[in-house]
Amino acid sequence: MKTIENPYIPYPATVKETWYETGGERCIKTFKVVFDDEKVREKWSHLPGQCAMIGVLGVGESMISISCSPTEGDFLRFSVMRMGKVTQALHQLEPGDKMMVRGPYGNNFPVDEWQGKKILTIGGGIGQAPLRPIVEYVKANMDKYEGLTMIYGARTSNDLCFKGEFDEMSRTNDLACHLTIDVEEEGWEHNVGFVPQMLLDLNPSPENTIAITCGPPIMIRFVLENLKKLGFGDEQIYTTLENRMKCGVGKCGRCNAGNMYVCKDGPVFNYAVLKEIPEAFA
Amino acid sequence: MSAMLLNKEKWPEFVGKLAGKNILAPQADGDAMRFAAVDEGDAPVLDYNNTRVPPKGALFPQTETMLKFQAKGEQVEEPLPDRETVVLGLRPCDARAMTIVEKLFKWDIDDPYFVRRRELTTLVGLACSEPGMNCFCPSVGGGPASTEGLDLLLTDLGDSYLVEAVTEKGKTLLSETRDLMEEAGEDALKEKEKLVAEAEQKIKRSVDTEGVPEGLPGLWEDPLWQKVAASCLGCGTCTYLCPTCHCFDIQDELEGFDGRRMRTWDSCMFDEYTMHTSGHNPRPTRRERTRNRISHKYSYYVDKFDVIACVGCGRCSNLCPVNIDIIETIRQVKEAL
Repeated sequence: MKTIENPYIPYPATVKETWYETGGERCIKTFKVVFDDEKVREKWSHLPGQCAMIGVLGVGESMISISCSPTEGDFLRFSVMRMGKVTQALHQLEPGDKMMVRGPYGNNFPVDEWQGKKILTIGGGIGQAPLRPIVEYVKANMDKYEGLTMIYGARTSNDLCFKGEFDEMSRTNDLACHLTIDVEEEGWEHNVGFVPQMLLDLNPSPENTIAITCGPPIMIRFVLENLKKLGFGDEQIYTTLENRMKCGVGKCGRCNAGNMYVCKDGPVFNYAVLKEIPEAFA
Repeated sequence: MSAMLLNKEKWPEFVGKLAGKNILAPQADGDAMRFAAVDEGDAPVLDYNNTRVPPKGALFPQTETMLKFQAKGEQVEEPLPDRETVVLGLRPCDARAMTIVEKLFKWDIDDPYFVRRRELTTLVGLACSEPGMNCFCPSVGGGPASTEGLDLLLTDLGDSYLVEAVTEKGKTLLSETRDLMEEAGEDALKEKEKLVAEAEQKIKRSVDTEGVPEGLPGLWEDPLWQKVAASCLGCGTCTYLCPTCHCFDIQDELEGFDGRRMRTWDSCMFDEYTMHTSGHNPRPTRRERTRNRISHKYSYYVDKFDVIACVGCGRCSNLCPVNIDIIETIRQVKEAL
């Protein structure tokens, strides 16, 4: 008989640090948390692209991207947009408070398979959260990759996440960090324009390159179009999907896109697979 | 172990031997039948066609507490099921449905609540002699005396039940109760065969599923979905009463300082089921939801688990308030292929 381990049990993690990435009604707050139980900490292992169910007992839980790479240390990071009941409750957490965490869930970006290649991430808004772990992972293993280019945009400079990290990034030799915002702003020194257009303007060569995109559906649609224009093959393109989830372990039914469960078969999909799923961009 | 005969006069004694266990059996509830706990000392008469609500709740309750905790607490308790249960007289289609759902609950990561309940539950089935008007189990891999999922199968031979053990669990139950029974002779087995053949004859409806699992994704934009969904009220009856529907919601509840995280049956026919917090809904209308319900049962589930997630019990057709009929829907799918 199999030993039954209950996948629905969340474990307490202490919030170590929090800060706001963006402001406004739908503000994004980042939490750095560490599991209280050493055994849970030791057992935990995740890779870029994976998610976790995080929440507050008595309120509920939400599936959120793990926005740090395991190479960064023995902690987890989540960047949460304040949207509904659970994320409201999460936003009230301050250093010292407890967050309940279970996971990690879903597949990951095939970072091993990508060794020896150039990595190009194209993100928009909160969509940078699942891309950030790739950037960090590749930075920590720079000798194994040919190079790293990051394109990231948002509506305004106030909607850009992880701003504090960009300065450092743009100074790294192998890393090109390109930022853009939709509309001109006073004091903005980077590009102005939409992410898909910036991609075309930068004109990256598809040769030996993997492109990963994540952001609002409309942005993804045009980024995919433009990647094709630039000559990228379907197999060179990856993205992540999101859907409403409850269980995280492929039982509760709701997160399917066609015959794929986003929580188990995803969230990371190669475009060659994804383009065959009719519901993928619904 | 060979087949046994249980005289119906001994039926109360048979049920009596199960004392101490949680016994679920079909019982009258107004003008319908439903599976309910049997009171100590009672022996429900198994004289029914099928229940309105399937007995899936024996393994997957309509509401189930997954975790208990204290308000503002950090530690959770998991109230895993611990009571032995016997389901008496369930129909072969409903037992088969449990094996189909089990594939998902054991896929990749075990669902401990379902798996534990399955281990603690003995399923005593009752072969069908009078199929309902919308039964079509043979079309989807079942039959009036299918033993798939059952531990013990009873066949009503008039004055007695023919009792056949299917699994080790069934054999154990049979050995505990065999002093109430006598060996079944050739004639009893022949009688059963005859009754089953007659029952099969009485099944009037059927679906042809050939090519459907592979073909459904290609009908994504077909007008048939709009047609089927046009009369749908989105009430979810088809899914709640479906023995293979397994979707659930998870919600937290606080009563004073006592909190619990529970799961409840959910339905893919509801708009909130897939709605993102942003308000975006990948399946915004009943057209997409109907398409998903049928595709999930007849295509996606086949891709993942190699079996159609429909046992042909006919409940969704019997009880749809606007007469949407799954047999007719699959016929339209076939036509559109």
